[in-house]
Amino acid sequence: MRTLSLADAVALIPDGASLMIGGFMAVGTPESIVDELVRQGKRDLTVIGNDTAMPGVGIGKLVRARLVKKAIVSHIGMNPETQQQMIAGEMEVDLVPQGTLIERIRAGGFGLGGILTATGVGTVVEEGKQKVTVAGKDYLIEPALRADFALVHAFMADYQGNLAYALTGRNFNPVIAMAADIVIVAVDNVVPVGLIAPDHVVTPAPLVDYLIAQS
Amino acid sequence: MDAQTVIARRIALELRDGMLVNLGIGIPTQVASYVPAGIKVYFQSENGLIGTGAVPEEGMHHRLLTDAGGKPVTALPGASTFDSAMSFGLIRGGHVDMTVLGGLQVDQSGHLANWMIPGKMVPGMGGAMDLASGAKRVVIAMQHSAKGKSKVVKACSLPLTSARPVDLLVSELAVIAFPGGRATLMETAPGVSVQQVLDATEAVLVVADEVREMAI
Repeated sequence: MRTLSLADAVALIPDGASLMIGGFMAVGTPESIVDELVRQGKRDLTVIGNDTAMPGVGIGKLVRARLVKKAIVSHIGMNPETQQQMIAGEMEVDLVPQGTLIERIRAGGFGLGGILTATGVGTVVEEGKQKVTVAGKDYLIEPALRADFALVHAFMADYQGNLAYALTGRNFNPVIAMAADIVIVAVDNVVPVGLIAPDHVVTPAPLVDYLIAQS
Repeated sequence: MDAQTVIARRIALELRDGMLVNLGIGIPTQVASYVPAGIKVYFQSENGLIGTGAVPEEGMHHRLLTDAGGKPVTALPGASTFDSAMSFGLIRGGHVDMTVLGGLQVDQSGHLANWMIPGKMVPGMGGAMDLASGAKRVVIAMQHSAKGKSKVVKACSLPLTSARPVDLLVSELAVIAFPGGRATLMETAPGVSVQQVLDATEAVLVVADEVREMAI
């Protein structure tokens, strides 16, 4: 794990990168990283996350700045700007059932090629997908998802990079921290090693590449 | 009593002690206000919480503690938090005893459509498909009609949420169950006749031998 300034950390991300971003309706989204992506004007991004939040909030900031080429999310209902850009053909949106989305990411981080799920069988979600029958029940084959970068928000990190989360700010964060080539973390509180008890570490330090220095 | 209150109060009677329950957004959320006295129910928010409590007082909310709609909530003593993979493992894995979801249409075989209107409203399915496919019991809270048109239809014209039929539909007029895959009128709301329900319903309803009045 290395510590970097916010600007230097975001400078690592090239235009056209695929980004997994933590958060659920922007709760648990690393807002400082999102703001810096906008400031540096990173373009043509593929964004993988639960939702596109609200206009001008969380991932909605990237949408408003028209930096998103493609979004792979479960919900865009609270962000009319995403819907407008999708309808105008300016942004591609791949809507995935939430449980399938997080499990595809988990599979990507856990070394699996994909998952079998009954969610979506018999609906428009199954179009174009392989179906298999296991023990008499139909499942869709949903492929694993990985990204170039995971942008994680944690409540607490120690100097080594062990992470702990708080309340419903956890959501996608520990899962995406397993599923990207480079993991960048913005954290609310940095604490000495040992303060997060081993049993309370959710994301172990070796998974974290860059921790953004507190300003 | 307005339509939403009738629906929420009737569905609350389906709650049993110790159940893990997921409430959708809208009318389903109101069910939490009518938990019968003397029972304890665990409410799950799919953003990663069991033990969802009431809305906090103004100024007392925590920015990392919200419901699945992103609105501030509280966590009750004994609450637990977890990531989204665990949250949907609870849902798909059959650990959630009951989910209450809103609906756009329910058809006479119990199929639910509740996540999009092609060309008009494409919000995304969020967690609805996992809940409708995975929860042990699926209960729909839905007004019987919209703009004078029955939402209880012969066959859903809108895209389905799941191929699995729902277990129970509660509207402000009636309680409809789906034994053997056939919509069956079980109860009517106080002051509503069987004929009024049939007249307000596009679907073909089987009428139970004994149609009771909702005990709300």
